Amino acid sequence: MSTPRAMRMPLGLRLASSGFLAFWLLLAAFPILWIAVMSFKSPVDAFSANPWEVITGPQTRGDGAGLSLLDIGLGAVMLWLSARIATRSLPRIVAQLTPPGLLVAGWLVGAVLFAVGFLVAFVGLLPLVVAPLEAVTGPFGRPVLGLTTEHYVAVWVDNAFYRNFINSMIVTAGVVTISLTVGTLAGYALARSGSALAFWILIIALVFRALPHSVLVAGYLPVFINSAQILEPILGENAPTLYGQPLAVIAVLVSINQPFTIWMLRSFFQNIPAELDEAARVDGCTHFQAFRWIIMPVMWPGVITTGLFSFLLAYNDFLVTSLLLDAQNQTMVPAIAGYFNRETTTTDQVEAVAAAVSITAPLFLLVMIFQRQIVSGLTAGAVKG
Amino acid sequence: MKFRTFAAFVAPSIVMMLIFIAFPLVTVFLNSFRITQPVVEQVEVETCTAGFLEQTCTTEIKTQPVLDAAGNQVTTTEWVGWLSYERVLGLAAMGEALAEGAWAGILNIDFWKALRFTLTFTLITLPLVIGLGLAIAIAVNNAARSLKGPVIFVSLLPFIITPVIGALSIRWLFYGDGIVTALLEQWLATDISVAANGWAIEFLMMFYRVWHVAPFAFVIFYAGLQTVNQDTLESAIIDGANRWERLKYVIVPHLMPLIIFVALIHLMDAYRAFEEVVGFSSQAYRITLQWLTYDLLTPDDAGNRAISRASASAMLTMVGIMILLIPLLRRTWRDHHGES
Repeated sequence: MSTPRAMRMPLGLRLASSGFLAFWLLLAAFPILWIAVMSFKSPVDAFSANPWEVITGPQTRGDGAGLSLLDIGLGAVMLWLSARIATRSLPRIVAQLTPPGLLVAGWLVGAVLFAVGFLVAFVGLLPLVVAPLEAVTGPFGRPVLGLTTEHYVAVWVDNAFYRNFINSMIVTAGVVTISLTVGTLAGYALARSGSALAFWILIIALVFRALPHSVLVAGYLPVFINSAQILEPILGENAPTLYGQPLAVIAVLVSINQPFTIWMLRSFFQNIPAELDEAARVDGCTHFQAFRWIIMPVMWPGVITTGLFSFLLAYNDFLVTSLLLDAQNQTMVPAIAGYFNRETTTTDQVEAVAAAVSITAPLFLLVMIFQRQIVSGLTAGAVKG
Repeated sequence: MKFRTFAAFVAPSIVMMLIFIAFPLVTVFLNSFRITQPVVEQVEVETCTAGFLEQTCTTEIKTQPVLDAAGNQVTTTEWVGWLSYERVLGLAAMGEALAEGAWAGILNIDFWKALRFTLTFTLITLPLVIGLGLAIAIAVNNAARSLKGPVIFVSLLPFIITPVIGALSIRWLFYGDGIVTALLEQWLATDISVAANGWAIEFLMMFYRVWHVAPFAFVIFYAGLQTVNQDTLESAIIDGANRWERLKYVIVPHLMPLIIFVALIHLMDAYRAFEEVVGFSSQAYRITLQWLTYDLLTPDDAGNRAISRASASAMLTMVGIMILLIPLLRRTWRDHHGES
């Protein structure tokens, strides 16, 4: 497509436009990249006032933790190889080995195996190969870039951050599954029914979506803490205390998310022609059968997008989880507040940085894989309205 | 669709929303008018120590919580009317401040401090988010096709990142001897302490919010730019409109519904600002309305949560949300009646 001459931009404007874009990209990525760099340095380097020292890490190198040119070269080759495997070979292998219909499960297994293989090769095998090579290559084997993984070890192993990780996974998995199951049913019915009742449900959902979460938590807290007494007449002796229970938090997050979910799914369902299920109904299907056999096979793009946003809500939440979960069931995001709230050593602060990077890494992968779905989800509600 | 089928499909979702949204709202409303506290009794305790000839005994009056048979604290619930609201609004302190004519004194009361900040925060970030989002959308639209994918990827990062972490990542650039502060100090040859300056923190919080939300505005405006009518643009050129006039009279009016949509969403979300206070640890200088409720809900040193006052402050926050919602509701109403 060639742009008409009158629409073409003069050179100055084009330069200004791309200059602005470059500035925005730097602004968008810099804080995130910078904390990633900081997390690998010893405290003195990480909080050095000189940016160059933060990048090269002389102190970290002095402590004996550093990468040589050889390390960097081999590491880059390995990264390139694994990227190639992930984008070229992995899809082929998954497609060959999984029976049709189980593609999602196949991908999950494939991704986990790939991640394990990558970790074994990168953390296990690479150092074994590199150590003897470094001894013989002279200047290429000398460390040039300070880099240490001690903070990650401290966070994940010593401070048992993996427990918070598991809690986060439990909560997010629960929220995504339940809110999609409940939400698709409601979203489908709301998209197909033109009744006044459906309209009012949507309006009320809109009001609910705007509520500050702290308002709702103020309602839950007294009830959850005393739930054992309140539920005793109904459930008897083993009435649970809901405070601190991941299951209770899942239910809360699903409900908070429900208004958004049904609005989004409704707009996706409206894009599926109603003639499709009408045809099935003419052939004698009930509404449930039409939903199960006709709509479900074609609804996946919308469901995946909505699932992504449910995941983000549950994963990123601070307010609800920090107030309703006790210390041992705490998820990752509230747990990090523990690091920077105690005014302690700079080591603690770098560990907080490492924990922050650990929380961000999965999100980074998520945008990489699902960029298209995220964009379509953002525009779904807006462009038509 | 028959009513029964419709009800069966919608029921699980409605039940969850009723239990976990509507019901808590009612309890919050009720709790804001009553105070539940442990019953205490005063008991005379006589303690004796062995002494020569006679024991030395002292009696003192102690306050202790009443326990029931199972060993739990007994609590009473009292209806107190508007008392919790008066406390949250700080009416007594406000009256004093007004009587002395010290208007600024009102801003020392937590609620008014939070309201002042939340409103300034919301209203200042709004035009910045829309302007930056629009600028990025237009710049990306002008960029080469092969660049668009990577540019969108990088632009999404600030939006997708956990809000608390995003705020922290900016805080680490500025607080203490963060590298940006260090650069500024070198450049201006003065000492800057960001973490101890309320206005600097306020600026950082707004900067973070714009950084976080602009990608959302960008994605939506970018999608809208793809549907601009090329014929209208060409006619505008023939009529002699320059680039700026085309932007002003063709593109922006085309995007207007989207601009309103982004503005409404941003108003609602910025009014609920909360993570900034946690990420920047700004509670000593700047607080938001939602953080006020959160703070009242967190147990204090004695382990008590101020449920009643938290409920009152939550209800007050809701009043603001309702005012913000009215235009959005009117729009949805119009759309619905336009369709049918």
